[in-house]
Amino acid sequence: MNMAAAAAARSGFFHNRKNRKMLTRIIVLILLTAGSVLFVLPFWWMVSTSLKSPQEIAQYPPTFFPAQWHWKNYEEAWQLADFTTYTINTLTIAVFAVIGHVLSNTFIAYGFAKIRFPGRQFLFTVLLSTMMIPGFVTLIPQYILFAKLHWVGTYLPLIVPGFFGGPFSVFMLRQFFMTIPNDLIEAAKIDGANHLYIWSRIMVPLAKPAVATIAILTFNGAWNDFLGPLLYVNDVSKYTLQIGLESFKGTVSSAGMQWHYLMAGSLIVLAPVVLLFFLFQRYFIEGMNISAGTKG
Amino acid sequence: MSRSLPASAGAGAMKRRSRKLSLERREKAWGYLFVSPWVLGFLAFTAGPLLFSLYASFTNYDITSQMDWVGVKNFHRMFKEDPLFWISLKNTLFYVVLMVPLTTLSSILIAMLLNVRIPGMRLFRTMFYLPSVLSGVGVYLLWMQLLNPESGLVNQILSLVGIDGPSWLTDPNWTKPAVIFMKMWSVGGGMLMYLASLQGVPEQLYEAAEIDGAGAFRRFITITLPMISPVIFFEIVTGLIGGFQIFQEGYVMSDNTGPGAPMNSLMFYNLYMYLKAFKVFDMGYAMAMAWFLFLIVIVITIVNMLVSKYWVHYEGGDQR
Repeated sequence: MNMAAAAAARSGFFHNRKNRKMLTRIIVLILLTAGSVLFVLPFWWMVSTSLKSPQEIAQYPPTFFPAQWHWKNYEEAWQLADFTTYTINTLTIAVFAVIGHVLSNTFIAYGFAKIRFPGRQFLFTVLLSTMMIPGFVTLIPQYILFAKLHWVGTYLPLIVPGFFGGPFSVFMLRQFFMTIPNDLIEAAKIDGANHLYIWSRIMVPLAKPAVATIAILTFNGAWNDFLGPLLYVNDVSKYTLQIGLESFKGTVSSAGMQWHYLMAGSLIVLAPVVLLFFLFQRYFIEGMNISAGTKG
Repeated sequence: MSRSLPASAGAGAMKRRSRKLSLERREKAWGYLFVSPWVLGFLAFTAGPLLFSLYASFTNYDITSQMDWVGVKNFHRMFKEDPLFWISLKNTLFYVVLMVPLTTLSSILIAMLLNVRIPGMRLFRTMFYLPSVLSGVGVYLLWMQLLNPESGLVNQILSLVGIDGPSWLTDPNWTKPAVIFMKMWSVGGGMLMYLASLQGVPEQLYEAAEIDGAGAFRRFITITLPMISPVIFFEIVTGLIGGFQIFQEGYVMSDNTGPGAPMNSLMFYNLYMYLKAFKVFDMGYAMAMAWFLFLIVIVITIVNMLVSKYWVHYEGGDQR
């Protein structure tokens, strides 16, 4: 091997470690910029379509910016479907769902995290394995159960199960409670506090970040739920936003897709979730990180 | 704690023991009380329904009439007499088999890009992550517009590079790729998990490998992949379980001729099950279908677990 040539190659621009790192960063920056443009474009397309006139949408080639901003599309879409009612209905369900999930999951998780009793490990394993069951296996019999209880047509099937905990939230809160030292509980017990008091006055307040994460994820889930309302809600006056938007699609598209209305409607429904995301970004991410924690 | 003076030392010890016992018993009672909401919910909404649906899958049942025991007739119908069952299963498999590797690869790739130290990274991470928190009808409508052959953005971009884009959602050959296209937009959830895992890989490992002369590709294969393999495993398992449950995309994104259209190309397994159960109230049949799906998911998960021994590396596990 020619030592001189090798040394020369090593000292070349791309073989300098510093230069190579710099070059990598520039390539990564370019790739990320291109990628994020691709990821953001769909949003822009939704916004821009929602503000165009039907004529402009049909134009070929399509325009990236509306020639005229038709804010009226939103007003008209809002009136074509009863979005006010849908929003109130969805909020009602979501609020009860959040209350149910926070109460039950903190309660159950405290039991699994901090109280010793025989069968705890077994029950917890069962709880985790229920995450594997495909929804439809239990969905149909649940529907039959709720039908027998005459709950179909009410919001009860959408709200009540939330008061009995969910495996993901229990798991997540248990993880969090385990990090709180037991001495705290022992000290409270010596002061005469029982578990109910410790749960409500000490643990839940300490778990605020985890509780907020559960609350936001539950709210988001209730807001986006489609199948639940599709099954259990049959009266138009009880429609949620998702079902309302789907039926809005049917109404509006009977005479060809009216994309300006459909995109305005979609944005109306998606906007709160986007807003929530920007306000509480870290809670969305915390939820993800907890599930990443299962890797151990 | 003040206790009344015992009459004798022996009686005191006994009393103390019984007191300890009752304390233990009380602790147990508290434990059961705290987990009882979940136990009740599990019995009412999971275990009960599971048993019921297992039984019902061997019956003819439409909610209103009595359950008729028909043996394995539902399963026989499924496998031998119902072409739509096979179509829906094939559609679902097609989706899962493409979806899981594609999302795994792309989310690892994006996560690696997002793990490089450059300014503005927070913004990049947000932009890639945001789409994954959005779901529901609004997102499907957005993609129906984006994939619209005439006015949609996707074909517009394709035409810039000289490709005549297909009519995605009306051409039965392109509907499933269209759905997958849409799903790629929301890889952010998995990406974030890979990112968290990548950040846990000790820098010294890379430095040591570099000194030993390992190139970037080699470092990726021998360090990065094994270190993030638990997350890959977790993502693949949940991705498969979730993938088999695809439903809404077929329901919302099909054209006006009905769910699963055009030509049943979006007739996914769960959508077909939904139609059987809630449109024609063929509940026994739908529950037989549900149990068959459950069986598929269990088998795949077990196979996954067994295979994982050969490629998933846990820190502090036996491998070390």
